[in-house]
Amino acid sequence: MAKKIIELQNLAKTYKVGDTEVQALRGISYSVDEGAFVAIMGPSGSGKSTLMNIIGCLDKPTSGNYILEGEDVSTFDKNTLARIRNRKIGFVFQTFNLLSRTSALENVELPLLYSNVHTKQRHEMALHALESVGLKNRAHHKTNQLSGGEQQRIAIARALLNNPALILADEPTGNLDSKTSSEIMDIFTKLNVEKGITMVMVTHELDIAAYARKRIHVRDGQIIRED
Amino acid sequence: MNILRTSRIALRALARNKMRSFLTALGIIIGVGAVIAMVSLGEGAKKGVEERFNSLGTNLLNVFPGSRNVHGVHSGGGGWQSLKAEDAEVIATQCDAVKYVSPSANSRGQVIYANKNWNTSIQGTGARYPEVRNWEVESGTFFDETHVKAAAKVCVLGSEVKKSLFEDEDPLGKVIRVKKIPFRVLGVLKSKGEAGGFFNRDDIIVIPYTTVMKRLSGEDHINSIDIQAVSMERTVEAQRQIQEVLRIQHKIAPGAEDDFQVRNMSEIAEGAAQSTQILGILLGSIASISLLVGGIGIMNIMLVSVTERIREIGIRMAVGAREKDILLQFLTEAVVLSVLGGALGVAFGIGSSKLMKFIPIFAGWKTIVSPSAIALAFVFSASVGIFFGFYPARKASKLDPIDALRYE
Repeated sequence: MAKKIIELQNLAKTYKVGDTEVQALRGISYSVDEGAFVAIMGPSGSGKSTLMNIIGCLDKPTSGNYILEGEDVSTFDKNTLARIRNRKIGFVFQTFNLLSRTSALENVELPLLYSNVHTKQRHEMALHALESVGLKNRAHHKTNQLSGGEQQRIAIARALLNNPALILADEPTGNLDSKTSSEIMDIFTKLNVEKGITMVMVTHELDIAAYARKRIHVRDGQIIRED
Repeated sequence: MNILRTSRIALRALARNKMRSFLTALGIIIGVGAVIAMVSLGEGAKKGVEERFNSLGTNLLNVFPGSRNVHGVHSGGGGWQSLKAEDAEVIATQCDAVKYVSPSANSRGQVIYANKNWNTSIQGTGARYPEVRNWEVESGTFFDETHVKAAAKVCVLGSEVKKSLFEDEDPLGKVIRVKKIPFRVLGVLKSKGEAGGFFNRDDIIVIPYTTVMKRLSGEDHINSIDIQAVSMERTVEAQRQIQEVLRIQHKIAPGAEDDFQVRNMSEIAEGAAQSTQILGILLGSIASISLLVGGIGIMNIMLVSVTERIREIGIRMAVGAREKDILLQFLTEAVVLSVLGGALGVAFGIGSSKLMKFIPIFAGWKTIVSPSAIALAFVFSASVGIFFGFYPARKASKLDPIDALRYE
């Protein structure tokens, strides 16, 4: 049996909006094996974004435990979480979230700025990551000169940079046309199959979710179905 | 994340908004520039005053009549008219710490030579005036004791008066008229130059004090007595001797107040230097207010910049930037702005100090750019950056990564 990379134990998250409390997650228990490709699906307001934020170590659960590669990260402080994000997790967002008016190379390098990597090595690693998404020739283009698909590939290269165990993609194809979407999904599949990187992706598009090997459906802060 | 890398990130961020960065730094540039220019103006004024007093002679003592307003007993004379020519003689003969004595009686009037005339200060002095005042005669000679005794109609010209009346002509032996009385020119004094722009000391003619009293003003008292002590060390002793001698001469009862005052030039010089220093401090502090305003400008722009770059901060946090990293980045941006502004401000300040003499109203003012003022302004500007950059930087570092990423 494969090693478990993510273990969620009875996760709950409550937000306070003014005087009322909103329960975004109500006891989620789930585990993801190393090398899996999971899609989280659900309507807006279902709590899938909250779940994503907790898995991505951007947020902490109100109760329950989150064990990432054997470490209970739900007890870590902000700075330690920042280091975990830096070393173990790569993010891909719907809106790409690249620095504008900055070259592709500099964008890809960004995570390495926050870990102690030498300038020369940083360039090499960034160029290598750009090569693996087929954009080595665009390294010195500014992000605003690139198409949506190219920008998302740069974001993927950035996510790959620290050799993360886990890539989290939040609606990665939401802003792309269908042809580019399938190109991006092919890259994800390739990374998952060839490099064994665990993929967790939030989407509400069925055809995109079909690329994943497992789909979990979230509604009202609970997992209702898995297929 | 080391300082070098942080500075590079900060520089890149600033370069993305060149115009805005420049305008933000402009506040600091003007602030630092103003501080340096003002402080060097103050230093220059202080130096000018010091030089002026030095050229007057450091062993110099002055005796003035006592103030009329003193509610005391004056045994002889009429207070402000209490000094007589005999007092000078007594001092010269009885005080052994005194080297030279020159009584002084002043007037003012129109001096006329041929078709030119000039209004100037008429200084009546004793024959020892050049020695007492440390003032050399450039050409010709000064008048001597016989001229003084005879109240002779002779004069020595200050270089400014010589220039105005004679231009390139040789004035020696020529006759000029002062209040319709003819005076023969014996010599010309060496130029002392303008001192700090207050007045021109070369705009003067010097004649025997006896001549002023008998022929020009008709008064029997003198204005003051200039005295040179034997040495710098004995000035205080000379001061005491003069005081004793004059009290006897003026028949002042023990315990009664003096009807004269003896002033030590170095004391006056010190006082004047002090007041110019206060002027310098005043100028400097007014200028540093503009530095403060520049700092507020930096804070303002950094706050705008943080709001504008919330997304960027979110991205950086998502890929692993800690609070400290974000804090350092924005703080460095503020410090880089203020330090670059400070460096340009130093250049601007030095430049404007040098250019000051070309502006008519400052023409006579000296400016001295002191390295300590430069260092101070520079350090101050860097601390302004840290102080005013801290709040926006902290605000940036405390952002929640989820909110920051979602920010539109």
